[in-house]
Amino acid sequence: MSDVVDEGTRQVGRAAWGSAETSEGAQELYPRPSTSSRELEREVGSVLRLPEGGVLNSGDIDVERPEDETMIINMGPQHPSTHGVLRLMLELDGEVVLRTKPVIGYLHTGMEKTGEMLTYVQGSTNVTRMDYLSPLNNELVFSLATEALLGLEMPPRVVWIRMMMSELQRVSSHLMWMATNGMDLGSTSMMIYGFREREMVLSFFEKTTGLRMNHNYIRPGGVAADLPDGWEDDVTVLCDTVEARTYEYDELLTGQPIFRERTEAVGNLTAEGALALSATGPILRSTGVPWDLRRTMPYLAYDQVDFDVIVGTYGDNFDRYAIRLNEIRESVRIVRQCVEKMPSGDYRIQDKKVTPPPRARIDESMEALIHHFKIFTEGFRVPEGEVYVAIESPRGELGCYLVSDGTSKPYRLHIRGPSFVNLQSLPTMLRGGLMADAVAVISSVDPVMGEVDR
Amino acid sequence: MSGAGVDPGGSRPAGAAGGPAGAAVAPEPPPDVVRRAGPGDVAFTPRDRYHDLVAAYRASGFEMLSDLCGVDYLTHPGRSLPEGVEPERFEVVANLLSVSQRRRVRVRVQVPASDPVVDTLFDLYPGAEAMEREAFDMLGIRFVGHPDLTRILMPEDWEGHPLRKDFGAGRVPVQFKEAPGPR
Repeated sequence: MSDVVDEGTRQVGRAAWGSAETSEGAQELYPRPSTSSRELEREVGSVLRLPEGGVLNSGDIDVERPEDETMIINMGPQHPSTHGVLRLMLELDGEVVLRTKPVIGYLHTGMEKTGEMLTYVQGSTNVTRMDYLSPLNNELVFSLATEALLGLEMPPRVVWIRMMMSELQRVSSHLMWMATNGMDLGSTSMMIYGFREREMVLSFFEKTTGLRMNHNYIRPGGVAADLPDGWEDDVTVLCDTVEARTYEYDELLTGQPIFRERTEAVGNLTAEGALALSATGPILRSTGVPWDLRRTMPYLAYDQVDFDVIVGTYGDNFDRYAIRLNEIRESVRIVRQCVEKMPSGDYRIQDKKVTPPPRARIDESMEALIHHFKIFTEGFRVPEGEVYVAIESPRGELGCYLVSDGTSKPYRLHIRGPSFVNLQSLPTMLRGGLMADAVAVISSVDPVMGEVDR
Repeated sequence: MSGAGVDPGGSRPAGAAGGPAGAAVAPEPPPDVVRRAGPGDVAFTPRDRYHDLVAAYRASGFEMLSDLCGVDYLTHPGRSLPEGVEPERFEVVANLLSVSQRRRVRVRVQVPASDPVVDTLFDLYPGAEAMEREAFDMLGIRFVGHPDLTRILMPEDWEGHPLRKDFGAGRVPVQFKEAPGPR
């Protein structure tokens, strides 16, 4: 918290585009006298524009509020309800939130830079650690981008395995969200239930990929291993259980008066606000925009399965809760269709350039050994080019912008993290609300800090 | 439930740009822009017309800036570009998305190393705020008109821009508490 700020230092920091380009404290939220009016408008949330270009609600932005009536407090980065190391600086008037500024970067690990030093074969071990609640989606978008540059068409079984795993991941991620959201709103039983069901999904992942998280299962060129024996039964039991339990959650939360009080008309966002702030996923859909990349720009085989896009009306916390709860059911529906329609065939592409030889061949053939060695040390070369691939992760549009210079390592790997972009809508959603609701709103954005900071 | 309580975003005007039922005007790119076929449209534009081009796309129904990032082409100068586009060291890539037309377009603008400055898209898309800060933080590209161009991921006292190709990652010696001193 920094109530006292040297105006001179701040101006120098703002103007210092010189040598070092550093400025102490520049990322923080400042008292109004030392904040430029344009920045203040942004923090207050008036930047949302009408289609004709006028600034929205410029009349009711309370820029003129005297400074001595407000207080700037820090929330995080160690606050338990910020879901990691999110730090919010809030300007409060009593209990009412006036301005919010998310300060991020506490979990920055330079994964985009690391990605430039790893080969495409190693790349998926890196990206899987970004959004640690849906690692398979990260691997998927990286693999799809690499395959788009390579010009590879995956065998049908690969596509369907990927789709099924991606939907199971959505189930597990949304269950985790239900759990933490319940926790934030004081429903401890929901926390226990959410983790309990998520554990079922994770055990299936463990059986298939060997790990509960950070699988490195979906790789450029296919998946790491075929589905285990008896997977149909496992998945069917999983689907039956999770689907039945969603109705229990419904009973527990949806009609619960305290829960409804705390979610309805809290953290409202309008459709054009969400679009202007580039919010995607459940946040955008809660405002009534039926935008789901699985439906609107289909990838994998989403155009061959039957599912509904869940859309809200008011753009408040309750809509976002209802969307995620129903998306679990829709994902279960897709997974059931995957079990039904799973094609037989190879679980990876038989392209000698990207696929290592089977283990048995290495024992009997020198060429296979060399081939295996070359792929895992040197990697495969990817033609020059650049591509942007986007998928619908549980949190929104997960994009991968990949630039190749023709070598075996990405020249530039940029991940468009949905949580990173969605966090921008926090100041708008929190403004005018109560401090106690801030926790609920942060939870409903569902930020995963590993992905925000990358 | 009602949305009549707190409504910070203001009221929703009729026929907002949000809905997919919004006006679908086919965007005509300005004639000086080179376009290339491929997965998604790619538009190249000179730096001084970058903002106008994006504004034209915005007006023709691209409601969302889905992504913005910078690329440092220091060690890959011979990349393939369409004719008429002079390669520069930096590139800013803006991914625009039209929800109503279900289309994407990628605007690539060349930014010279001697003067890494481009116009901000913040006035067109408020969502550009964090993305441009990230591009500034990672690559040192400055966005003119951005309301709060500060570091976003790196610490404030960090020197240099880590995603630049000449940044030299891993060359900073790690200090361990128990390690013997230099003497």
